[in-house]
Amino acid sequence: MSGAAPAAEPPAVVLKGLTRRFPGVLAADAVSLEIRAGEVHALLGENGAGKSTLIGLLSGLLQPDAGEIRVDGRPVTIASPRAARRLGIGTVHQKLLLVPSLTALENLLLGAPWWRPVDRRGALRRFEALRGLLAAAVPPDVPVGRLALGQQQQVEIMRALWHGERILLLDEPTAMLTPEGVRELAAVIGRLRAQGLAVVLITHKLGEAFDLADRVSVLRRGRVVGALSPAEVATLDRRAATARVIGWMFGRTEAQGGEVPLRPRPPVDRSGPPLLDLRMASVRGEAGEPALRDLSLRLWPGEVVGVAGVDGNGQTQLAEALAGQRPLSGGALILDGRDVSALGVAGRRAAGVRYLTDDRLGEGSVATLPLSLNLLLERIGQPPFWRRGLPQDRPIAENARHLIAAHDVRAPSEATPAGSLSGGNLQKLLLAREADPAARLLILNKPTTGLDLQATRRTRALIRAGGGTAGAALLVVSNELDELLETCDRIAVMEGGRICGIVDAGPGAEAAVGRLMLADRAA
Amino acid sequence: MGSRALAAFGLRFLLPVLAALVVGGLLLLAFGADPIGYYATVVERGLLSPIGLQASVTRSAPLLLIAAGLIVAFRAGLWNLGADGQFLLAAVFVAAVAPPLAGRVPHWLMLPAAFAVGAAVAALWSLVPALLKALEGVNEIVSTLMASFLGVSLANVLIKLPFNDPTTTVPQTATLAVDQRLARFPGTTVHWGVLLGLVAVIAVHLLLERTAFGLRLRVLGENPRAARHVGLPVRRLTVAAFALSAGLIGLAGAVEVLGVQGSLRADWNPAYGLLVVPLVFLARLNGWATIATVLFFAVLMIGGESAARRTGVPTYYLLVQVALMLLAFAAVRAVEARRGRG
Repeated sequence: MSGAAPAAEPPAVVLKGLTRRFPGVLAADAVSLEIRAGEVHALLGENGAGKSTLIGLLSGLLQPDAGEIRVDGRPVTIASPRAARRLGIGTVHQKLLLVPSLTALENLLLGAPWWRPVDRRGALRRFEALRGLLAAAVPPDVPVGRLALGQQQQVEIMRALWHGERILLLDEPTAMLTPEGVRELAAVIGRLRAQGLAVVLITHKLGEAFDLADRVSVLRRGRVVGALSPAEVATLDRRAATARVIGWMFGRTEAQGGEVPLRPRPPVDRSGPPLLDLRMASVRGEAGEPALRDLSLRLWPGEVVGVAGVDGNGQTQLAEALAGQRPLSGGALILDGRDVSALGVAGRRAAGVRYLTDDRLGEGSVATLPLSLNLLLERIGQPPFWRRGLPQDRPIAENARHLIAAHDVRAPSEATPAGSLSGGNLQKLLLAREADPAARLLILNKPTTGLDLQATRRTRALIRAGGGTAGAALLVVSNELDELLETCDRIAVMEGGRICGIVDAGPGAEAAVGRLMLADRAA
Repeated sequence: MGSRALAAFGLRFLLPVLAALVVGGLLLLAFGADPIGYYATVVERGLLSPIGLQASVTRSAPLLLIAAGLIVAFRAGLWNLGADGQFLLAAVFVAAVAPPLAGRVPHWLMLPAAFAVGAAVAALWSLVPALLKALEGVNEIVSTLMASFLGVSLANVLIKLPFNDPTTTVPQTATLAVDQRLARFPGTTVHWGVLLGLVAVIAVHLLLERTAFGLRLRVLGENPRAARHVGLPVRRLTVAAFALSAGLIGLAGAVEVLGVQGSLRADWNPAYGLLVVPLVFLARLNGWATIATVLFFAVLMIGGESAARRTGVPTYYLLVQVALMLLAFAAVRAVEARRGRG
């Protein structure tokens, strides 16, 4: 397997003892890695393990405090993103950085110097060449805002390779893709590897890492704690490889903790009246969104109901309509026997509705405010945290410390601004805020997005145990079917703003949900 | 203060101020004026001479109240750029009601009534942009500017027609007797409206930093989508923030009439509103820093008005000076941000 060819050629990039400190954190701790041409190198690790820091160091966004980076054998300083590109390192960041109103080609031309006239024909030739290289189906002249997320990502990859870069860094490229998009991306990565590019892939998902990568390195608290060589990736069977990686990521005991079989959920008593009764509800869609049409859904106390479906079929609109962020244009919402259709967010909250949004930065948090206040955004002015309109610093801080510890939010202190948290930790913070014992209806929109394996496992266990509430009904929106199968009593499938079927969880549920999703798509 | 903190203070504050003065001085040189002489006159007339210092402090009264009003709105993410219209309308109504009231009710009752009129008129004038923003999402930058032009014109009309004092030859309102105006500190020309301005800025700062209402406004300002998501009454907060902002600016109008002017002539428009906008930004919307920038600017204004007569450099040059300082502060910040990233 490890023939003479890779040994003869020096690695494309070598990291030696790379160290980077942030206040209170050693984000990269003497990291040494080799990245080789023609190889896909997966970096695995939980939230805050230092994966994004390494990407930042390689792409010129961060400077190391110590250590050395060698590109093609020469020691280099990567002072800026531009310097990284000059060294042949292209990066696709986790968040898409495209201008939605510009076309793919225009987006790709944005980096050109202002004094150089736009060479549209040359650019189009380069575009076609890259499109051929990626085997991507991206039109050059359509505003990227109208492209599917997978296509937008392909535009990002084209941008990263625009000047002939030979090293491609992909920071969690699959996080927002549909399963179909992931398959397309896998094909693209395979072609790039065959062309002799070096690809660095960051992911949370072990399965993806083993499917896509030749070499796997595992990070933990800023250090490389384990690695699988190409020979091992190719020959080890999936289970053994997974066990080793999980062992590195979390230490032995935690890995074994995950093997405990799930206890079955207690049966739901549906003899009484439903807790939530959504009757023939309609919601107008804004531009580019599906409207909700004549949607009916009943949830009983203590029940966990999942909402499955391809992204963008009205799941978020349903969640927002229940939370009071969108008015119903028809139908009724009955909660605990009371018609709450006319109430806004505050009124619904008072009636026991809690909503964990999937838009953590956009609407879930205020980046400049400390964690302690972000945890209380919905209760500003309420005792015991405020009295006569004045904040009570001690209860506010104690509440925050308690929730931060209970939900394992990794942050220097409760006074840290929310904007400095990593995505996974922000997700934990918002879950801590909404998983409120007083809730009657808890809506969780993609509750484990951006969480590492361990946190995902803990969050799913929390959902199975009722989301920290006392007998509330839970509605879980997710595009990961295994998550819904693991946590829910029933799963509703949405398509085009309607519920096209509800499946009881249990044997055969996966196939039944799959059939519903496929049948309605074909129709 | 340790030597490191001292260095940071020098770098963040003294360096940009000095840089702006140097660049401004070069500009003055280029236009044939003597920068040293100009700056010396400004400092001497605005700060060092007793009369100038008193005038500077007096001038800061309306500026501080306007600054307080702008801080409320800006921190709630509402760009109230209609301060001039709100200020002038409030001033005109105060000038109209104060003299007749002064003859009928005791002084201690006339003053609060006049202040209330000023605040109420300005708050009402802000209601249209506020409601348009709250109900229809109309951009308040445009609507407050438009309302400001209308307000300035309306104030002019009011002075010339209904509130005109027929006993004078030029169009102006009736004059408030000197003994009915805001009391002065013994032995000075400084009236106690300055204290009102200081109290207003500090109160606004504490309101925003240390109360539930202030926190709601800040959430609205920092992330309006989060405000909606967590169920804050966004419409009510928008109208309340506008009313409070304009009300404080209205008090500025009242202070200027009751403390300094006594009566208003048609076409009088000091346009303090837009002058104060860069000052609160220089202070990064912080109350304490705003007091410093406003006092600093008041000295520049008074000194600059004297220097204009002496050296021929127009008072507009002060705006250039303030703009240069804004640029210098922004440059220092950009350099800091770049370093922090590296």
